[in-house]
Amino acid sequence: MSKSKPVLTSSLGRKLIMSLTGLFLCTFLIVHLIGNLQLFKDDAGYAFNNYAYFMTHFTPIKVVSYLLYLSIIIHAVYALILTTKNKAARPIGYDQYDGKANSAWNSRNMGILGTVLLIFIVTHMQNFWYQYKFGTTPYVEYRTEVSTGNQEVLKLDDVPSDYNGYVIYPEPGGIEVVKSKDLYRQVEETFKNPLLVGLYVLGMAALSFHLIHGFQSAFQTIGFNHRRYNGIIRTIGVWVFGIIIPILFASMPLYFYFIK
Amino acid sequence: MSAHMNLTLKVWRQKNSNDKGQFVTIQAKDIADDMSFLEMLDVVNEDLTRKGEDPIYFDHDCREGICGMCSLVINGRPHGPKYGITTCQLHMRSFHDGQTIVIEPWRASAFPVLKDLAVDRTSFDRIQQAGGYVNINTGGPQDANNILIPKRVADEAFESATCIGCGACVAACKNASAMLFVSAKISQFALLPQGQTERYERAQAMVDQMDAEGFGNCTNTGACEAECPKGIKLTNIARMNREYFTAKFFRQEDVHQH
Amino acid sequence: MLDSKVPSGPLAEKWSKHKFEMKLVNPANKRKFTIIVVGTGLAGAAAAASLAELGYNVKTFCYQDSPRRAHSIAAQGGINASKNYQNDGDSVFRLFYDTIKGGDYRAREANVYRLAEVSGNIIDQCVAQGVPFAREYGGLLDNRSFGGAQVSRTFYARGQTGQQLLLGAYSALNRQIEKGKVTSYTRHEMLDVVKIDGEAKGIITRDLVTGEIEAHEGHAVLLCTGGYGNVFFLSTNAMGCNVTAAWRAHKRGAYFANPCYTQIHPTCIPVTGDHQSKLTLMSESLRNDGRVWVPKTIELAEKLRKGELKPKDIKEDDRDYFLERKYPSFGNLVPRDVASRNAKEMVDEGRGVGKTGVAVFLDFAEAIQRLGRDVVEAKYGNLFDMYYQITDENPYEQPMRIYPAVHYTMGGVWVDYNLMTTVPGLYCLGEANFSDHGANRLGASALMQGLSDGYFVIPYTVGDYLAKIGNFKPVDKNNPAFEQTRKEVEERINKLLSLNGSKTVDDIHKKLGHIMWEYCGMARTAEGLQKAKGLIQDLRKEFWTDARVLGANEELNMSLEKAGRVADFLELGELMVDDALNRNESCGGHFRLESQTEEGEAKRNDEEYAYVAAWQYNGDNQPEILHKEPLIFENVKLTQRSYK
Repeated sequence: MSKSKPVLTSSLGRKLIMSLTGLFLCTFLIVHLIGNLQLFKDDAGYAFNNYAYFMTHFTPIKVVSYLLYLSIIIHAVYALILTTKNKAARPIGYDQYDGKANSAWNSRNMGILGTVLLIFIVTHMQNFWYQYKFGTTPYVEYRTEVSTGNQEVLKLDDVPSDYNGYVIYPEPGGIEVVKSKDLYRQVEETFKNPLLVGLYVLGMAALSFHLIHGFQSAFQTIGFNHRRYNGIIRTIGVWVFGIIIPILFASMPLYFYFIK
Repeated sequence: MSAHMNLTLKVWRQKNSNDKGQFVTIQAKDIADDMSFLEMLDVVNEDLTRKGEDPIYFDHDCREGICGMCSLVINGRPHGPKYGITTCQLHMRSFHDGQTIVIEPWRASAFPVLKDLAVDRTSFDRIQQAGGYVNINTGGPQDANNILIPKRVADEAFESATCIGCGACVAACKNASAMLFVSAKISQFALLPQGQTERYERAQAMVDQMDAEGFGNCTNTGACEAECPKGIKLTNIARMNREYFTAKFFRQEDVHQH
Repeated sequence: MLDSKVPSGPLAEKWSKHKFEMKLVNPANKRKFTIIVVGTGLAGAAAAASLAELGYNVKTFCYQDSPRRAHSIAAQGGINASKNYQNDGDSVFRLFYDTIKGGDYRAREANVYRLAEVSGNIIDQCVAQGVPFAREYGGLLDNRSFGGAQVSRTFYARGQTGQQLLLGAYSALNRQIEKGKVTSYTRHEMLDVVKIDGEAKGIITRDLVTGEIEAHEGHAVLLCTGGYGNVFFLSTNAMGCNVTAAWRAHKRGAYFANPCYTQIHPTCIPVTGDHQSKLTLMSESLRNDGRVWVPKTIELAEKLRKGELKPKDIKEDDRDYFLERKYPSFGNLVPRDVASRNAKEMVDEGRGVGKTGVAVFLDFAEAIQRLGRDVVEAKYGNLFDMYYQITDENPYEQPMRIYPAVHYTMGGVWVDYNLMTTVPGLYCLGEANFSDHGANRLGASALMQGLSDGYFVIPYTVGDYLAKIGNFKPVDKNNPAFEQTRKEVEERINKLLSLNGSKTVDDIHKKLGHIMWEYCGMARTAEGLQKAKGLIQDLRKEFWTDARVLGANEELNMSLEKAGRVADFLELGELMVDDALNRNESCGGHFRLESQTEEGEAKRNDEEYAYVAAWQYNGDNQPEILHKEPLIFENVKLTQRSYK
């Protein structure tokens, strides 16, 4: 035997990639959630649309978002590679396999959960990211009286004549005018479709099960397993990533479908 | 007196590693509940032999749960329906009259079936040969008490060292991964002072060999830990990962040349 | 006349002197020699690794699928060493003395002294290999006491000492396999020794998977093949343990010594029925805290057997802690032979417990009260679990039921001080030889002997032989002896495969076991042994006419494997009976009812029987020839063993 195999083609290396990309995606979820919570603000999407513009036009965020897309792709591709290897490791399966006796259902079905998530992500990107960037997202003009805070909202279907991405200027009389793409209205429109609402809720259920196992599994893979901290990691994995985040995300389509 | 039962066995029969193999249904009659599972198979085999039929081949030896030779996936569970024991320690009181019992060999490409229920586990030996030792010759060492080892460390190393190499972890894992087995040995030596000098070479060499044998990857389902007859813990796998990544990213050591 | 080749000089200097006097093989020449090691337990793995480290080429063989599964792995309690870490008065001489006395003065002084002398090195070696022995909080090695000794000199790794030591030796072996110095043959069974010009130069093996009969050549052959306890069918041995390698060597000229010395271990889980395939040992260490008792009266015992009373219903005054009563100074820690015989005595009196009445209690209630359940669990947890799995009874709540079972065989292939058999170039190590335990082995000494032979004796002595033969040429594989022996092995296999009678091999084996247990077990008489001889001869005929062996040679064939082994047991059984008949005295594990003290203890006859009985094979169905190696005791005084 001479040199050891390169780390990234080893079984452990591949798992490390899954772990690190997975954890990175988890951190993104928090940011994404905080931003999206502005959907619940009763301001006709003023804050949300500002946020959407910021996220798509601030350079450091743009870099991170490309890393994010890359992570999703790597996470999915490596999952595929690992699954292929795993299938090859057991070419003949069992006639009977009592998995529930020794492990949790979600831990054994990360691939299925991940596939649901991938379908969700593609749909989600099409619904909003693509529409926002290249599609038919409508426009909005907010006219705010600075001294009183009173706001007038003009929903525009066509691109404003002076629009060049995002427009903000004062008008005489102490009025601040903001013109932007109205992603908020896009959200409202999208979530009128019960099928999409269903898919989003399903996607979040998959996310929940995926992360209840995945979050703590990622720590195990990078070698972080310590009895003093395992409880905290498990708690965060289950409560934050497995329950709170998916529920809050799922409540958005439900909110628009049933309440708005 | 002990209760008796009749059972239907659905057993994997395969003449040799080239044969395709199939399930065969065999009746086990008048089985006492204080028999061990393997004694039940002995009784079945005695019957088959008297009838001139080939007895069911299965691996076994010590029959007290320590040699690691016995295997068998019984009703979908490695070493049968109870936790923390090997097949030879399983007793028929865990079954009931009229039950159907499906008996299969360990399934993994790294464990090819030799005959019926016996598989070839020499891949495990090759992993150990790659680095599961301390590089010292007979005769040189200092007095055993010269190196103090905290009881906690010695106990933890012992827990890892109790692996019997049966392969239930591989059999239980949905990916046929051998990481619990490999990590137990890596852990034992990573913990003990005697294992320090080659700690990082060892981790790399053993992981390389594990991959070369074609075992699957770890999804951290915990099935291996749950089915391990000796209670080897998942913490061992985390430690193996740590050792391996430390070796790869922060150390100079590569595997041995000789 | 047998020459034990014990070096001259004072006892304590013999081994050092001998090491100096032995010839050495030049390091450059070592690689020209090949050594065959059969069996990969403690003795075999240790020997193979150590010899390969020295530079010899080694081939190892085992019938299991991995060297790690040899039955040494099942040893529970511990390994003795005269380190005197506990400052309780231990020394090399005391370990030597205890072992000689424990063996009832039927072992060779020089061998036993050497064993005690290297015992400390074994612990050093194993710790350096990474064997995780139990430790105290300060980080030093822990010790416990064991039967037959009044000092704490037993090193242990919970109840799995044998496992940890074997895995240590296996790791050393693996290291040499990786280096290419050892070639490991697994699922291979040795079926004969090949002799050229009277010296062992190879073996014939059967590949258990393909059935191929292979010849392997080597300059020396080491048999490390364990004991023959499975002649009793039921024993604590693994299912595959067998005498075949040793017996084939015997038939090729290696004398077989003291075959009647078998150790019946007192603390095993009792037999439950005919289907039983093996017996499970509960470590002797349990006797440190467990108290052995039966009811004082037959009436109470009967009520217990019928389930009318529970053990805890028996009042303290109605219990007979018979070992504590009869042996106040050693109490429950008397040597194994004494403890076993006393248990049998209680059962014979009708005071046995359990459904079958063939058991005594081993009670932990007092220990749990004194130490707390946690401490007891930490010490013996795995043994208690094992007991619970097998019996479905919880030993924390009710006493264990135990009864003696065949555990170890002190007898074996005769070897001289160099561990060489009467066939030059053929060595025998570990339990397979006869050398160090006399008529009874003390607890925690088997591991010590296996590793001593493998790590610290054979690497020196085999070199002496190889240096003397001085021929660096490879063994000529074309020598007709190889083909001739292979042919004989094949003929025997074909003969076995042609058996098409009505009895399974196990049927015959069970019958043999019953005969051996009944007449050549814990108590033996001339009359019984005579009867057993006839029964065994009849059974052997029955085997060769009415047994049934299925299948072909060219496959994994368990019928064939078993048949070959049982055929050899049937011959060995008769020799055991002959040996037991010849030894008209009681000593250690060999208890002749005709020879006991007034108190019912074993009574030796040192005038007539202070010798090793070494038997020479003399052709099929011919009486074997007895050779006597006198045992000369210069350093200990022979006394009636007393543990009172």
